[in-house]
Amino acid sequence: MTTLLSLFGILLKILGAIIIAFLGVVIGLYYKGIDRKIAARMQARVGPPIRQPFMDFFKLMIKENIVPQNAVSWIFNGAPIMALVSSITILFYLPVGNIPPLLSGYGDIVLIIYLLTLPAIGMVVGGFSSGSPYANVGAQREMVMMMSYELPLVTVVVALGWKLSQVYPHLNVFSLAVLNAHPIWGLVGPLGFIGAILLFITLAAVTPGELSKVPFDAPEAETELAGGILVEYSGRNLALFGLTDAVKTIVMISLTVTLFFPYNISHLLALSGVLAFIVDVLFFLVKVFLVMFIEVTFIRVAVARLKIDQVSFAYWIPVSIIGLLGLILIVLDTNIV
Amino acid sequence: MNKKTYSIPIGPVHPSLEEPMTFNFEIYGERIEKVNLAPGDNHRGIEFMGRQRNPIQIIYLAERICGICSASHPFAFCQAVENAAGIEVPERGQYIRVIIAELERIHSHILWAGIAGHELGFDSVLYISWRAREEVLDLLEYLTGNRINYGIFMIGGVRRDISEEQIPRIRKTLEYYKDIYGKLEDIFLKDPTIALRTKNVGVLTKEEALNLCAVGPTTRASGIKKDVRQDQPYSAYADLDVKAITPDVLTGEVNGDVYDRIIVRLLEVVQSIQIIEQCLENIPSGDIIAEKKLVKLLNQLKKAKGEGIGRHEAPRGEVFHYVKLAEAEVPEVWKARAPTYNNLMPWAPMLLGEQIADIPIVIASIDPCIACMDRVTILNKANGQKEVLTKKDLHDLSVQKTRRIAP
Repeated sequence: MTTLLSLFGILLKILGAIIIAFLGVVIGLYYKGIDRKIAARMQARVGPPIRQPFMDFFKLMIKENIVPQNAVSWIFNGAPIMALVSSITILFYLPVGNIPPLLSGYGDIVLIIYLLTLPAIGMVVGGFSSGSPYANVGAQREMVMMMSYELPLVTVVVALGWKLSQVYPHLNVFSLAVLNAHPIWGLVGPLGFIGAILLFITLAAVTPGELSKVPFDAPEAETELAGGILVEYSGRNLALFGLTDAVKTIVMISLTVTLFFPYNISHLLALSGVLAFIVDVLFFLVKVFLVMFIEVTFIRVAVARLKIDQVSFAYWIPVSIIGLLGLILIVLDTNIV
Repeated sequence: MNKKTYSIPIGPVHPSLEEPMTFNFEIYGERIEKVNLAPGDNHRGIEFMGRQRNPIQIIYLAERICGICSASHPFAFCQAVENAAGIEVPERGQYIRVIIAELERIHSHILWAGIAGHELGFDSVLYISWRAREEVLDLLEYLTGNRINYGIFMIGGVRRDISEEQIPRIRKTLEYYKDIYGKLEDIFLKDPTIALRTKNVGVLTKEEALNLCAVGPTTRASGIKKDVRQDQPYSAYADLDVKAITPDVLTGEVNGDVYDRIIVRLLEVVQSIQIIEQCLENIPSGDIIAEKKLVKLLNQLKKAKGEGIGRHEAPRGEVFHYVKLAEAEVPEVWKARAPTYNNLMPWAPMLLGEQIADIPIVIASIDPCIACMDRVTILNKANGQKEVLTKKDLHDLSVQKTRRIAP
């Protein structure tokens, strides 16, 4: 009987995984379309229709998949799959509204940070194996960027986890469900509140870098490297990288929402059951949209691309200092007040 | 330490280039160690075509040497023919020529500003500045009938008059640009990310600019007050007060970097507005063309004999045309030298030691026009490959040609 139950449980998880992966991709592509449309409006042009990323995807899928002669073909073809799979896997760890993550209990935010580097590593591997000087330079830049934004990102997570562990010593503080249930803003005093704002700024600065968006898009830099890492990719592989980008955007933004804005509105409206579920999911999507607008769309139309040394400097010095300052303020807030 | 460099080719087709041109870079890490230019991908034999057409037909060709300098090339060419045939342009014609040329400068500089934004990955600037450029294009269409290839220049004058009713429309456009100039300055000179990417990038020192004969905004940004309109005033510029603009007017110092080139171009937009306003105030009445009947003009040119040169300060620098008429239907020689030709060599000192990320903006900073510049491509007949001629080869060829012409 128990084996049957656990078998049923596994089947349920697989079904859930398929649904979440599908929804993640679809929503990711729609949000990409919205992002492009809003950016176009801000640049005084009409912009593509919102379903454009879907059309791009289907078009690319029927296009020929060219593997360059001097590429290492199995790595070259494997890299986009690795990138996509790892970014979809993160979706299973993200809580949406009140719904606990599909794989809650099997991994925490530290695992997510590792998983987040995998798509980037996939792109680096793919870039190096494509045998083009542009892709090589792009891959080098991507590695430099990874090394640069990792420290501020970890600072944010450690600060939040440490604060939680001080307030609730018995909880598994790095679990996303726990982080989701206890917003940081309610746990800190005024000093810690400022610290939390600084941490949010740090994460907002890391997001465009993690997603390779302007001003931190040096690895892909269209006018310099003609697409950089992706220069040799075409057809199905490029389509998969496109999906990775869409899913990764959702993942990074959801992470921000989970860490800093895990509030729901269903209890305010006195709803319950299926209705509450729907309202919470919709509210979550709205939050994701707002955060994406600020962290991705707005920043990318408002600034120029930075050079890779400037990117490194920006992450190592100002952003890291802001993050550490946030951490220190939270520690002071806990120990003094 | 043994430096291991690798090579990166930029071009002939690359997103940062508007036209085909090849650069071969030797890179160490992200730093440029060696630059090798290989032009010659865009040669169209336009001078050869010109030698089979009469001078009035050549105006059509000259206009199409470059898509942006479509007033500058016919301006210089018409001056060259007038110089050779001894034709005097009526004063009103000269003023209209200057007005069109200055409107073209406004449109060219704003176009360049947009491209510079795009090269920096700042696409919003591209869209906003190109939208601002529409106004002057509309005005040019209103005045000449065309947005880009104006078709207004004619040997001995211009083909269309600017009537009294058209002047308010011109003033409206000038007011529009005065209004948005503050915004343009805000975007280009005050934006921190643009400053981060352009200050101390692609530096061309005054000595190098002089040695390499740079022209136009490229040389003025290095602090050399060189401007044909100021040095050898021609056409209506002789009546106007034109001063070469250097970046120290605004900032008080000359660095010769990309940022300074932006400053020079922005200030030249203002200067062009002032020139057009002066023109509108002082424009005399009278004929716009020396000889209205084209058949008569052609006959006159057919009988003419002599050499002539025409110079004009195009938006990118000095454009130079040479024409030799020899009592024939077609000119014996027509030679066009576009400003980009002079500005090619300064690329080398600008690019050396910079990063890969600086390549697009430094290349764009001279506002290159490859189609204008590509005048000669040497092909090896045996295998169809391009050949590179050294200075010695060129010298030997010149000696051979001189012997052939004057034995």
